[in-house]
Order: sequence, then C-alpha cells, then structure tokens
Amino acid sequence: MMTMTEATEDVSYVDAISQALDEEMARDERVFLMGEDIGTYGGAFKITEGFLQKYGEWRVLDTPLAESGIVGAAIGAAMMGLRPVVEMQFADFISCAFDQITEVAAKNHYRWGAAVPMVIRAPFGGGVHGGPFHSECPEGWFFHSPGLKLVAPSTPYDAKGLLKAAIRDPNPVIYFEHKFLYRRIKSALPQEDFVVPLGKADIKRVGNDISVITYGAMVHLALESAQTLADEGIDLEVIDLRTLIPIDKEAIYSSVRKTSKAILLHEDNKTGGIGAEIAARLAEDCFDCLDGPIVRIAPPDTPVPFSTPLEEFFLPKTSDIVSAARKLAAY
Amino acid sequence: MDVAVTAKEIKRDDLLQMYHYLRLTRALEDRITALYRQGRIVGGVYTSHGMEAIAVGYASALERDDIIAPYHRDMGAFLIRGFTPGEVLAQYLGKRAGPSKGKDGNVHMGDLRRGVFGFVSHLADNLPVAAGAALAFKIRGESRVVFTGTGDGGTSRGDFHEAMNLAAVRKLPVVFYCNNNQYAYSTPIRLQMAVPNVVDRAKAYGMPGEIVDGNDVAAVYLAAKYAIARARAGEGPTFLEFKTMRMHGHSEHDPAKYVPPELLEEWKKEDPILKAEQLLKQLSYGDDSYFQEVVERVKKEVEAGVEFAEQAPLPEGPEVLEGVFADKADSY
Repeated sequence: MMTMTEATEDVSYVDAISQALDEEMARDERVFLMGEDIGTYGGAFKITEGFLQKYGEWRVLDTPLAESGIVGAAIGAAMMGLRPVVEMQFADFISCAFDQITEVAAKNHYRWGAAVPMVIRAPFGGGVHGGPFHSECPEGWFFHSPGLKLVAPSTPYDAKGLLKAAIRDPNPVIYFEHKFLYRRIKSALPQEDFVVPLGKADIKRVGNDISVITYGAMVHLALESAQTLADEGIDLEVIDLRTLIPIDKEAIYSSVRKTSKAILLHEDNKTGGIGAEIAARLAEDCFDCLDGPIVRIAPPDTPVPFSTPLEEFFLPKTSDIVSAARKLAAY
Repeated sequence: MDVAVTAKEIKRDDLLQMYHYLRLTRALEDRITALYRQGRIVGGVYTSHGMEAIAVGYASALERDDIIAPYHRDMGAFLIRGFTPGEVLAQYLGKRAGPSKGKDGNVHMGDLRRGVFGFVSHLADNLPVAAGAALAFKIRGESRVVFTGTGDGGTSRGDFHEAMNLAAVRKLPVVFYCNNNQYAYSTPIRLQMAVPNVVDRAKAYGMPGEIVDGNDVAAVYLAAKYAIARARAGEGPTFLEFKTMRMHGHSEHDPAKYVPPELLEEWKKEDPILKAEQLLKQLSYGDDSYFQEVVERVKKEVEAGVEFAEQAPLPEGPEVLEGVFADKADSY
C-alpha cells in the first residue's frame, strides 16, 4: 500500500501542469478555465484534454480568438470572486492582451482596492522551431509592471507546485511554462497535495565558485554546463529563480556572497531583460563581495528566428556558459 | 410617441428621485469645475454636463446587487450607488478619504462593495471586464446583471468589439451602452466611424440594439429597464445608443473651439434637466417651486461635501508603497 509520502511514477512537465489544474478545479469550484481551443480540442498542447467532459462547458470555456477580451473577462470574473485560469495558446499572443494585463489587472488593487485573483498560463520559449511568433519570452515586458506576479518553473515538481500556488494567490499571476520542457523533463511527484510558494528561488545545484542565476529551460542548460565544468574543477551553483516577481533577492545575494561571482543566464534577449535588473541589484547591494565582473548570457536583440542554424545561434548554449565560467574563474 | 405617456410607466417617486440626482450631478460637477478654475483641483476634470440623464437613468433602472462599470461621464451612477459628494470631492482633491485614497484622481473611483468598477482611462477597457463579471454571474447561476459602456470614440477600440462578441456568443447578462456625444475629444463622429449610427455595430454581433434620446431621463430609464430585464431573463446582451451632445470640452481645460457654436445652441434646448422638468410638470409631479427646493437641497449637500473634502487630510508620501498587491480576495 502506498503511503502519503510515496512518490508517483515519473510525471512529465506538461502532465504536472494538467494535474495542477485538475486538482485545483476539483478542490475549489471557483476555479475555471478560459482559452482558445482548450475545451473540445483539449488545448494546443493537450494540457486540458478531457477537462470539458469532466467539468462542463461553464468551467472549461472555449472562447473566441480575442486575447484582450479573454483576459478582460477573466479580470471581471476574478473580481466577482471566481478563480479564472486563462490559457494563452502561445505566450507570444499575450501582446494582444498587454493592455488588460498591465493597465487593468495590475493596477486595480492599487487604484481602488479590487483584488484580481487570476492566472494567465503562457507557453513560452524557443528551441521548438516556432519562429518569431511561437517562441518568444515576453516576461521582460511584465517584469516592469508593478502589481503582477511572474512565475517560470523548470521542473515538473515546480510546475505543479507553483501553478497551485498561483491559483491560490489573490493577485494576477502570469505563469510562464516552457514549451521545450513539456515532454522532455520527467520526475516523480509526491502523491499528496503540495504547493511551491511564490517568491522562493531554489538552489538546483550547490556549488562554491560561480553562481549561475537563471530560470525556465536555461536551468537545465546551466546544470549540464556544471557537469562539464566540474571535471575542470569549477564548481557552479545553479540558482533557479522560479518566481521572477516577487524576486527572491535573499537567495540571489546569499549565493553571490558565497561564490563572489555571478552569471545571469536567460533566454529572453539581453537588453532590458531580467538579468539586467539582477546585475544592477548585485552592483548596488553586493558590490563588496564581487570578485569579478557580472556576466550576462542571453540571446542577441533580435526576434527569435525560425531556421535551425539561426535559432541555434540565437539561443544560449552550454559552450557559452562553459567559456564564460572559465573566464570568470580566472579572476 | 408622447414621452409623458410612456413615462407614466415609471413610479412618481422614482422619477422625482431621478430629478434629484440630475440636479445633484449638475451641482456637484459645476462645483468641481469652479474649484478647478480656482486652481484648487488639479489634473483632469471630465464632466457629464448636459449628459446627466444617461447615468442617472440607467443607474436608477438597476437593482442594488447589479454591477456598474461606468465610463468617465457617469457621475450620476456613482451618486446613486452611494458615493457621497464629500467622497467624490475628496477624490478630486487627492485626499485619503477619496475612494482611491489619493492613488488615482477624478472619476477613477470604484468600490466592489457598492458594485461599481473603477474606470480605466483606456476607453472600452472595462467592457470585457464587465462581460467577465456577467460570466461569473452566469457560472454561479445568479440573476444579476452588469451595465457598462463607453463613448462614441471608445466603440472604435478592439476591446469594445471583443467584449460585445464574447458576451453575445455566451449570452451573458450584460447591457452595453454608448454615450454618443458626437465628439471623442476633438474628433467628430464622421471621422470615427463610417456607419450612421453606433447602434449599427450591434448587428454584427447578433445583438439587439436601440437608439435612445440620451437627454430624456425617462427614455433612458425605460430602455435600460427593458435591456436589463432581457439580460436577467437569460436572453443575452443588448446594446443601447444614447444620443446626446458634449456641452463642455473633453476636459475642463479644453475650450472645444472645434465644435460649431450653432450645434451647442441647438442642444441647449435639449438640456436633460429642462426636459425632466417639462416632463414632471406634464405629469403634474412637480412645479417650479418644487424644482427650486431641490436646487437648494442639492446645493447644501454639495457645500457640505466641499467642507468635508477640504478638511480631510492628504495622504502621507510613503502611502504610495501600499496596496500594490492584495493579501486576500473576497467574493462579491
């Protein structure tokens, strides 16, 4: 007989998201889903397959193709006390809803005290031959908008626990789920209900020489690089931010205070990205403990290209991390 | 159709109350404009001058637990929902006693407990939000209705269309209106749309629509009542075009020289307060001395509000940091 703490069989990142949605809908009747093709079709990535049959057409709403309208409607339903979870078919399309997210959802509580407890799921990231409109990492746009919480899990455990925490949070949360990880990453999950609290980073690899601060699919790139570098005697610490807002400054600072060196790694393009903000914070608050320059590894300032060699050139690689780490280790 | 005959369907007390709110709206907004001209109110001042019948009419037609997502020329709706002149003036003066505690100004007031959504300057932004509140009512099986709208300019925005479409597809209990006051800031209706009437847009969404004299409070009330009843009965959204004229500038800083003076002269004869008084006389519900009593009464109410708001404390600078995130979310 299985005990409560016994783990399940390996669960993929994409199934972890489905499980979180299913369990939250079963647990709380206020939770409902809206999005394009999420009902009958089960979603572009089949995350909500079978949900329509299980929960009915008023808890799993196939909507018109209108991201701004969908997000706006979710805001209204959330203010009335429901817990909408909206699916952007691809994170790229969130630009159509930018105004509703930044001007309405983000500001309502500040301006007039109206809480907006909603989640927007945004399948993001490249490496899937999606091209300029199906590969974007739009988190930087929202990183600059006070009133939103931003989440970007890298493992099935975090994907499930963070989505549950996001649904239970009384604020608008954008949940960036990485398409590249959907079916490539699997792990055992606890049987019992669990959440990963928002605002807490996770040390995915403990190390002493250089802190690699990252999130999303890049976490796995950092872990691979760490293996290579370990053979050379360079010991990386990999910090997975997990939540971008509120950002876990303490976790970042305590790691960098230990290693004295920082690499900021992300898949969003370099200028004005999350790495830029963390670099500035480290310079402001941890200058005394730095033993080398703060290094950013991020794609160039271009749209995400389609053709394989172009996209390979665009995306950060383990070789980028390895060579940056070697240089930094020499300081 | 004889307006007086139709207006007989409205209870005497209801009509008299609407007249009170027309007068209170006019007095309050005139006072706000005066304070602005004296430099005591800073920022934007957008009034419903000459258009007061729209908000007063529709807000009077709603039930207490219905939701209003107003636009920026709907002062009467706030007053009917219990926002006092003192609170409104405190908001304009940036005081902590204002509904947004100084975080936002002028008509950007909202309060979920009083069923009013805070206005967003990006016109039509609140239309999908209103549709979403109606969706919540439909999901929960409640017989509540949402009333929302925008100006003629706002009907050009995508959110207007996305909201209308979404609400029509799902037959949501929401009523959309347009305050067609002929000008969006300086842009006349002929440069805003190629259809002769805003209501023509409703057809594209399979939604019934009606043109209503926006300066006739009884007509607004009756049209709203009908559309609200339809929504409550589960028959879906209705679109109401309230024809009116913006008698002041876009904001009080704007002399609106782009509006032909003869157009304003023409519309002065259609003033909603004048029309309401004519109606009340026709129905023998009120006479000049009664009207004068109301004028005196609302003046006192507004002056008490000015006194309250001027004495109310300003927020302290560090309060800017409060309220970015919620620590709880209630049901309404």
